[in-house]
Amino acid sequence: MNLTPDLIVYWQMGFLKLNATIVFTWLVMLVLVVGSILITRNLSNNLQRSRWQNALEVVVIIINKQIEEVGLSQPQKYIGFLGSLFLFIALSALGTIIPGFEPPTGSLSTTAALALCVLVAVPLFGIQEQGFGSYLSSYTKPTIIMLPFNIISEVSRTLALAVRLFGNMMSGAMIIAILLTITPFLFPIVMTLLGLLTGIVQAYIFFILATVYIAAATRSVKTQTQKKAAQQPETQNTNESKL
Amino acid sequence: MLIDWFTVIAQLINFLVLVWLLKHFLYRPILNTIDAREKRIADELADADSKRAEAEQQREAFQQKNTEFDQQRTAQMNKVGEEAKAERTRLLEEVRQESDALRSKLELALKNEQLSLKDSLSQRAREEVFAIVRKALSDLADTSLEASMADVFVKRLDALADAEKATLQAAFQELTEALIVHTAFDLPKKQSIQITKALHGLLGDGVAIEFATDAHLISGIEINSHGQKIGWSIADYLTTLTKRVNDVMLSHNTVQDQSPELEKSQEQAS
Repeated sequence: MNLTPDLIVYWQMGFLKLNATIVFTWLVMLVLVVGSILITRNLSNNLQRSRWQNALEVVVIIINKQIEEVGLSQPQKYIGFLGSLFLFIALSALGTIIPGFEPPTGSLSTTAALALCVLVAVPLFGIQEQGFGSYLSSYTKPTIIMLPFNIISEVSRTLALAVRLFGNMMSGAMIIAILLTITPFLFPIVMTLLGLLTGIVQAYIFFILATVYIAAATRSVKTQTQKKAAQQPETQNTNESKL
Repeated sequence: MLIDWFTVIAQLINFLVLVWLLKHFLYRPILNTIDAREKRIADELADADSKRAEAEQQREAFQQKNTEFDQQRTAQMNKVGEEAKAERTRLLEEVRQESDALRSKLELALKNEQLSLKDSLSQRAREEVFAIVRKALSDLADTSLEASMADVFVKRLDALADAEKATLQAAFQELTEALIVHTAFDLPKKQSIQITKALHGLLGDGVAIEFATDAHLISGIEINSHGQKIGWSIADYLTTLTKRVNDVMLSHNTVQDQSPELEKSQEQAS
């Protein structure tokens, strides 16, 4: 039994290798992309539409709404990244009910890659919204003393993201594997169901945390600019009253 | 070591590719479709709103027109009713006048008929009365009466005033033909001579005198010549009586005809 699907290597040539993580990632990607293509091939904007389109619309709308509820006023800009995170992790978790399926999220390499994506995406979106200087200055808030702590926080939360997801997914798979050896029949099914729930919850947690980070990075300056905008008319008024 | 850096890099790339693919094949088409549908629904709602507003407007306009039409209809009905009432009054008045005229005409005709009946009745009565009188007198008349009348005739000739005598003499002076004395019956010889004498005494002896009978005279003596008439007969009496009675009846009718006209003029004046 392997602790991580990285260890299941199908093909290797020097540094390059094809392990179970990559293969099952491709499988998940294939399912997602082909499914999307098949469903969105015949989209209808009438009131009459297919059940698959309805299901897909429900998923997209819920993701959109979640992003909006967290505080990102233009969810269309972020749904590509955040929605893909959620769908990939959720589908990986759902795949665990298929015998022989190794969830790619049960590999620390995958979760680390996803966490790195978040680590890079947060400042990118922040800079896109606020500008480079403004975003970087947010690390020195409220004082310059907080700069190292902010950086540590940034790194540690990325690490936490990666490890949390990996731990949950790996533990789920491990528990099922161990239970299969001890009580082969009924109990592993219950644990599989529990694992499904955990997997979906983890997907949601990962997605919502990434959203919150991005929202925090884009909103901090918005509030400042709003404050400035609110202050400006007041100063103008005072100037006018002086004149 | 749980982290395989090649796998990390591969997964990074994989994930970025997945993001791009899903963005291209999933989110964009779905969101576009949703937006298009929402836009379409909004458009349809707006269209429905505008149509509803239009319908409401048209309904109000129609209702207003309906109210106006009702008012106009009521006004027209009232007007027509008034006109019909006026026309009815006018026609009734006309009919009343016509009936009045007809009635008065009928009354007049009836009155005329009554008058003519009355006239004819009185005429007939007169004629009957005169016929009876004439018959009675004819029955009574005889030669002795005639003789008596001849006496009366002679006496009357004698009693004539001088002026009258002169007129008669002048009238009968130039008479060439015989003077005919008409009587109802043949006079006895004595009375004939008596009359001849009396006439010769009045007109002179040269005048020829003849006697003739005329049943129309009933009883009496009459001399007719050159527009001059000397006579005394019951027929004359009867003629005079008839004339007088006719005069009286005529005057009575004239008064009766005039009296309704007088009443009418008095009514109009009041």
